[in-house]
Amino acid sequence: MKTYKRLLSILALTAGCCTALTGCHGKEGLAAFEIPEEFDTSSEYEITFWAKNDTNKTQTDIYEKAIADFETLYPNITVNLRLYTDYGKIYNDVITNIATDTTPNVCITYPDHIATYLTGVNLVVPLEDLFSDEKYGFGGKDLPFDSPKTEEIIPQFLDECAFGGHYYALPYMRSTEACYINKTYVEALGYTLPDVLTWDFVWEVSEAAMAQDSDGNYLINGQKVLIPFIYKSTDNMMIQSLKQLNAGYSTETGEMLLFNDTTESLLYTIAEHAESGAFSTFKISSYPANFLNAGQCIFAVDSTAGATWMGSDAPLCDISPDKIAAFETTVMTIPQFDAANPKMISQGPSVCIFNKADPQEVLASWLFTQYLLTNDVQIAYSETEGYVPVTSKAQNSPEYLDYLSRCGEDNSTYYDIKIKAAGLLLDNVGNTFVTPVFNGSTSLRDAAGHLIETTVKSVNRGQTVDDAFIEKLYLDTLSLYRLDRQGGKNTPAASGKAELGALPITSVILLTSLAGTWILILFYLAFHAFKRRRNRQ
Amino acid sequence: MKKLVSLLMALTLVFACVGCGALNGGSSEAENTDAGTEAAGSAETEAEDVKSEGVMTYEEYAAAALDSEVVIEAYVQAKQSWWEDQATVYAQDKDGGYFLYNMACSEADYEKLTTGTKIKVTGFKAEWSGEVEIIDASFEIVDGNYVAEPEDVTSLLGSDDLINHQNKFVSFKGMTVEAAGQDGSGNDVAFLYNWDGSGQDGDDLYFNVSLDGQTYTFTVESYLCDKTTDVYAAVKDLNIGDTVDMEGFLYWYEGVNPHITSVTVK
Repeated sequence: MKTYKRLLSILALTAGCCTALTGCHGKEGLAAFEIPEEFDTSSEYEITFWAKNDTNKTQTDIYEKAIADFETLYPNITVNLRLYTDYGKIYNDVITNIATDTTPNVCITYPDHIATYLTGVNLVVPLEDLFSDEKYGFGGKDLPFDSPKTEEIIPQFLDECAFGGHYYALPYMRSTEACYINKTYVEALGYTLPDVLTWDFVWEVSEAAMAQDSDGNYLINGQKVLIPFIYKSTDNMMIQSLKQLNAGYSTETGEMLLFNDTTESLLYTIAEHAESGAFSTFKISSYPANFLNAGQCIFAVDSTAGATWMGSDAPLCDISPDKIAAFETTVMTIPQFDAANPKMISQGPSVCIFNKADPQEVLASWLFTQYLLTNDVQIAYSETEGYVPVTSKAQNSPEYLDYLSRCGEDNSTYYDIKIKAAGLLLDNVGNTFVTPVFNGSTSLRDAAGHLIETTVKSVNRGQTVDDAFIEKLYLDTLSLYRLDRQGGKNTPAASGKAELGALPITSVILLTSLAGTWILILFYLAFHAFKRRRNRQ
Repeated sequence: MKKLVSLLMALTLVFACVGCGALNGGSSEAENTDAGTEAAGSAETEAEDVKSEGVMTYEEYAAAALDSEVVIEAYVQAKQSWWEDQATVYAQDKDGGYFLYNMACSEADYEKLTTGTKIKVTGFKAEWSGEVEIIDASFEIVDGNYVAEPEDVTSLLGSDDLINHQNKFVSFKGMTVEAAGQDGSGNDVAFLYNWDGSGQDGDDLYFNVSLDGQTYTFTVESYLCDKTTDVYAAVKDLNIGDTVDMEGFLYWYEGVNPHITSVTVK
């Protein structure tokens, strides 16, 4: 009996130690979210919403109005808004806050970023069960607002939020890239814009524009400064070019195919036009809109969500009025390699929900997220830029159709370039694509842009772009973005596993101590059992 | 034997506590990535601002072509930000200012870049929206210390000469606060969060100040001076019509756009 007591004491002490150790090491992750039977309207819930705007006061006003209206419907929910103007900053802050368990409840994000968030266990809430919940799902019977039905969300946009077998986000707004063109200059150079803009056309006109007089003034604008073609997002430039050429970028399983011969060929072309000064990028020069509006750029590629900055009459402008040139602006799809088969990226903010210990808090987050898809919010926000609503319910509403029909009525709400940019996406939804999402896809995207940026910078600095340059660029880029070590095929986002590297020294000490203790316990038990047997003999 | 087991278990717990403590400590430090504001105060001048072999004078740097490699020696005047081993820093020698954008820098080295620290920087000269900067740079700390006194450039506002003082630590005296925009009720306000009021507390502050009938937009850059700084609070307390003296760095964005580090209402 005494032996059993001793054994029990040892086991209890050991269990205590183990509990202490595992407890110390914090959470293995939250429990998976389960939808409560009823939303508790008798308790107060405070949720945080990290939202991205385009440094646009109207957009922040719409967020604030949406929150106020939502809080009127749900007086027991308080939504705290934190504003960002940069997706990358949101991503960095979320990563930082995962470590301290202080993620927001609701967060505007890119699906690529969610793939990284998913390395935490049950951190991001899968939404499909919420979609179909009878009471609180889309069109749910207990909702006090006019929610869209699942089938009223544009299927392609909704599918962009699905990966790893789950829906981890809702689309909020959609945009694509567009080419904003100084048509006046194109025609002054003796060209006519084609029905579908092609890369060949853009490069040819850009080179033609480089003629200068003996004083170094460009003939087309009479100024000392001209960059005929400026691309805002060079990661998009590379990704879309590869897609148009049916070349590799990445696969659904996370295989990284970026570093291929087609990429090399594209870089040679870009280098050629950087060499002549006909091409530059946002990171190297500045916002395409600033150059376009000053008459210093002919083809400015930027998001349709940047349309209000484009053109002589743009409602938003960063350059002083005396620098604005007068010209006719045309908005077209981005340049294409195959005019008969145009392809362009689908982008724009999505919304994800972070899991919390209290399922009621998560349900409150879902109710707010869903509220962002109501017509009032969707239509108002889409009208602030060249965005399109993500629901057919909003797109087909008389209010939105009226908005589209009034294109050009003024230079604010009905600014023609903005509405044409939105129309460009509405006409091309079937031609849009997204890249596969996996843990590491954010880095791969960054790497795609880095290849172009480095090529242009190197040319500007007088370096020769040749096979040796490309080979080194590929190796450096792989290393810089840790693509030789991370992500891709072996770290699917859906598995929730990340490459964690070697164990920290503290963990090694702990595990060794545990193992040592267990060995001694077993040795102790074996020794006593042996002693008991000997005593009996 | 029992004593030995007990001792080992106790040790295990100690290791566990130590381990957890270390991990928690790591998390806190990871969060602390905001750039500290280093207001340049008193002047502490080196006897001579002698450049090392192969280092450009400011004059040579100013004359260098864009995209060319430059090697300069200068003294850190303020740190704007650090993120993922890249630091953005205002530096100055006795002849001119430098903006070192996203310079390669470990977090440990960033801590060493206190105001006045002399560094040798190798990078490429670039221009972004009118701001001349050194990019893709690396640096090493060298002996020497110099904290610049603010140079009064008030009289240069509106002149072509002002750009020659770009990135220097400067002062503006006796300027008048003008309306920066309107609040939601249509009332004039003395400052805005972000250029159009689309931000919130913690974002950049934009305010307008005038001199001789000309109005200029100045900024409290939130990475350089975050919401905990005196200047951030001072600008939030401004009233239209106040007369103010200011110090800051002569940044450029499509025209002069000083990054203000101190404001004194007269």
